[in-house]
Amino acid sequence: MTITVTRRTFLAGSAAAAGTAVLGRPGRALAADPLAVAFVYTGPIGDHGYTFAHDVGRRAVEAHFGDKVKVTFVENVPEGPDCERVIRQLATSGNQLIFSTSFGFMEATLKVAKQFPKLKFEHATGFKRADNLAIYNARFYEGRAVLGDIAGRMSKAGVAGYVASFPIPEVVMGINAFTLAAQKHNPNFKTKVIWANTWYDPGKESDAAKALIDKGADILCQHTDSAAPLQVAESRGVYAFGQAQDMSAYAPKAHLTAVVDQWEGYYIDRVQKALDGKWTSTDIWWGFKEGLVGLAPYNAAMPADVKASADKLKADITSGAVHPFTGPIKNQKGEVVYADGKKASDEDMLKMNWYVQGVES
Amino acid sequence: MIAESIVNISAAVISASTPLLFVAAGELVVERSGVLNLGVEGMMLMGAVAGFAVTLTTGSPILGIVAAAAAGAVMALAFAVLTLTLMANQVATGLALTIFGIGLSALLGSGFVGQPVPALPKLHLAGLSELPVIGPVLFGQDALVYLSVILTGGVAWFLKRTRPGMMLRAIGESAASAHSLGLPVIRVRYLATLFGGAAAGLGGAFLSLSYTPMWMEGMTSGRGWIALALVVFGSWRPWRVLAGAYLFGGVTILQLHAQGAFHLPAQVFSMAPYLATIAVLTIISAGPWRGRFNAPADLGKPFRPSV
Amino acid sequence: MWVKVEPRQEASRRVIYATPVLAVGLTVLSGYFLFLFLGLAPAKTLYHFLISPTLTFYGWSELCVKAGPLVLIASGLAIGFRANVWNIGAEGQLTLGAVGAGGVALAFWGESGLWILPLMCLAGILGGMLYAAIPAFLKTRYEVSEILTSLMLTYVATLALGILVYGPWRDPMGFNFPQTRMFSDSALLPLILDGTRMHLGILVTLAVAVAAWMMMARTVIGFQIKVVGLAPAAARFAGFSRNRTVWFSLLLSGGLAGLAGTFEIAGPIGQLVPHLTPGYGFTAIIVAFLGRLHPLGIIASGFLMAISYNGGEIAQVEDRLPQAATGVFQGMLLFYLLACDFLSRYRIRLAATRREASPS
Repeated sequence: MTITVTRRTFLAGSAAAAGTAVLGRPGRALAADPLAVAFVYTGPIGDHGYTFAHDVGRRAVEAHFGDKVKVTFVENVPEGPDCERVIRQLATSGNQLIFSTSFGFMEATLKVAKQFPKLKFEHATGFKRADNLAIYNARFYEGRAVLGDIAGRMSKAGVAGYVASFPIPEVVMGINAFTLAAQKHNPNFKTKVIWANTWYDPGKESDAAKALIDKGADILCQHTDSAAPLQVAESRGVYAFGQAQDMSAYAPKAHLTAVVDQWEGYYIDRVQKALDGKWTSTDIWWGFKEGLVGLAPYNAAMPADVKASADKLKADITSGAVHPFTGPIKNQKGEVVYADGKKASDEDMLKMNWYVQGVES
Repeated sequence: MIAESIVNISAAVISASTPLLFVAAGELVVERSGVLNLGVEGMMLMGAVAGFAVTLTTGSPILGIVAAAAAGAVMALAFAVLTLTLMANQVATGLALTIFGIGLSALLGSGFVGQPVPALPKLHLAGLSELPVIGPVLFGQDALVYLSVILTGGVAWFLKRTRPGMMLRAIGESAASAHSLGLPVIRVRYLATLFGGAAAGLGGAFLSLSYTPMWMEGMTSGRGWIALALVVFGSWRPWRVLAGAYLFGGVTILQLHAQGAFHLPAQVFSMAPYLATIAVLTIISAGPWRGRFNAPADLGKPFRPSV
Repeated sequence: MWVKVEPRQEASRRVIYATPVLAVGLTVLSGYFLFLFLGLAPAKTLYHFLISPTLTFYGWSELCVKAGPLVLIASGLAIGFRANVWNIGAEGQLTLGAVGAGGVALAFWGESGLWILPLMCLAGILGGMLYAAIPAFLKTRYEVSEILTSLMLTYVATLALGILVYGPWRDPMGFNFPQTRMFSDSALLPLILDGTRMHLGILVTLAVAVAAWMMMARTVIGFQIKVVGLAPAAARFAGFSRNRTVWFSLLLSGGLAGLAGTFEIAGPIGQLVPHLTPGYGFTAIIVAFLGRLHPLGIIASGFLMAISYNGGEIAQVEDRLPQAATGVFQGMLLFYLLACDFLSRYRIRLAATRREASPS
């Protein structure tokens, strides 16, 4: 992907900042010492959603490397004035590789990375990079396209309900990928969106899910963290998809599958590189192919041909044969945005702020 | 189809309003006795986690509901000891109770994240539940919904028609006068505070057992604060508090149905419940009832009987 | 033998200073068992929680960054609380102040000039004041309780900020993420000390706290506020207007909250983002009462709260203390501090007979 840092030149800045930087405790780099790795979370690890998924990755790192690493995490770090202090605290207390897992930590991670040029930083879902600050993100839209493929087949009404959090490109991209894939099976497919204006409030998410079903949706998708919409689907007898991980325990009948955040592989890879002295500042956006995005097991209620269709789409996206954003794509006004066969660029997707035809928000 | 929509939307409104009603009805009694406990969010969360944990481990929702009320009351007891016996500042203690309860509930509940519990069963009243529209709306809810309305009625009756209720009101208006008449100011305030805690615990249990049957950290998401505001909205009268809870819950649900209209940002719709509450209270206050509904005169003021 | 409780005529200085020490002692004792129960090394965790934040110069600078907005907001709120004006919506006033100041910073983005920061402060104060004027108007005109209006408006403020940063005020080069441009240097508060985040706003905050003290102690309006709060009937008799007090204290506390919001965005944050504050407006209420509504007490309690927050972060980093336990520990600390206040106002003695015991 082609992301350029647009506001400041960080690469030049980091060398200059080295003079005033406070370094980590000396002596940590001895070969016998474990590598100190830290994770900064925006939510509680008990959210059973986004932060929980990162924490699964953190635990995988611990399990994989044993006493070769010393892993720390800080949860519930508010995006705002506090995160810079927390990240700095992690840096001064000897951590050598720090993952900050929320977009809202971007500026703070960047500032601290400049102050500690010898330490390695990684920031999830942002777009600002430096020599010692790598960025990583997952192509969740690939998973959402498969959900759309299933929805297009499973929905009798041809109307999906989408419980959304906030209109950021990540969410918009997911709604569009979902809708486009569903329209491959049912050209008149519609996605009705309700904005809960929260990432995490089970009550509001459940209210939104109910309202969507009352508006005619017979299948639900969500981009909020709790399993509440699934519980609503279960009790109202419609299908739904989980968020971030397998949530079928909450809705055994309704839960068809879920896009699963699988950060484990990336985290293990990066820690290994740091241990080997091969860590460099990279910029990755991985999906199905690299295993960063996965799907939860299908519900037995899905007919075999629906499963086969979903598996095929997943395989085609993995191989690169299919791109979820391939023209013709029209926006809500019916204007052609991508002509026949034209694919959206990574940059287009990363800043997406318009909806495809068929989305009602 | 329309009938079905009415039933479904009503059910959603009831779910959104009931936790607020529990908490507000309890806090109303506390405040009428002259005590201001701002720790409702913490008490609610403790109720939610206790109700969930006990229901999950024993399999009995009834035990869970009892545990939720007890957990809320224990939290309220800590508040009462600090503010009524040790005369600590009520506002600060209540806020501290919120911080404490948010933390403690998350600590105790960490093992229960990600586990489902069956939702409370809906009660079916033979004959009545089958009536069209009215049946499922009025007679097809779970036990806690009815309990919240019964609780409101009970509070109204207690405050207006019983001797202890009148004692409580007198104490809230002037603790010093009540004391000189021989009323047990501190004991009544203790009991009122414990009742408020238990009701907040029930509100929390409604969240974790009925509204969204699961436990997650901080799952009340500020509903305790809304309930506090609703006590003010209802001008410390039980049935008005009920009206306020349903107004807030109703607008919360209806704005979701209105989203997307007029091409306005979704945030504008999310503002609706808050603005509607302010607007309605202003209209009521500007009307002929103006000035008749003031806070209990001794609200939040510490009282210690001199020996 | 029974415990006898009697009010002190005047709290002795010794007791006033001794009670917080006792409270901290009890917190340490309870914390010891809490951390032991959680399987941590209690002494080390306590050390990280309570001592570590104050050990380094940088640590102190961060305590100032954290305590700054708490003290600034609490100074304003305390004046209202003395007059029985219950502004619990400082969080919303802070947000609207930040919107006002941020609007100025964005309007003059890329320009330089010494006038930009003062203009931002003015806009921030005005933003907070205008937002506090709504509860003031509804209270004085229609008798609508400011508790309800100020609290409800807080949620509205957060959503309004959201409309701007998710919409028209988004950084045009920022991949449509919900944040504005980083402010130009002229719109950022100068740092007092290089290498820290201590900004000029912290000095202003101290000046405001002292000014608030002078106002309450020396001026007529300060006297009026106290009388309106303590004896409304006497105040009416003396011709002090309750409405004027309501307006004054809401505008003052709203303006200071707005200024705090300005300092946050022009200081540590440097732009407008959807989450500007980790609940400063609410925590400031505790700070105000913990400091007994006295400006100097507010400074002390602001720093104490800052230690408990920053220490909680350090304990999480160093000892893997669960974040939830931070809240429990903080709650305990506050409980003990509030409870021990009792000792400065009442004397506890052992008495011979039950008759003399306190009836409570």
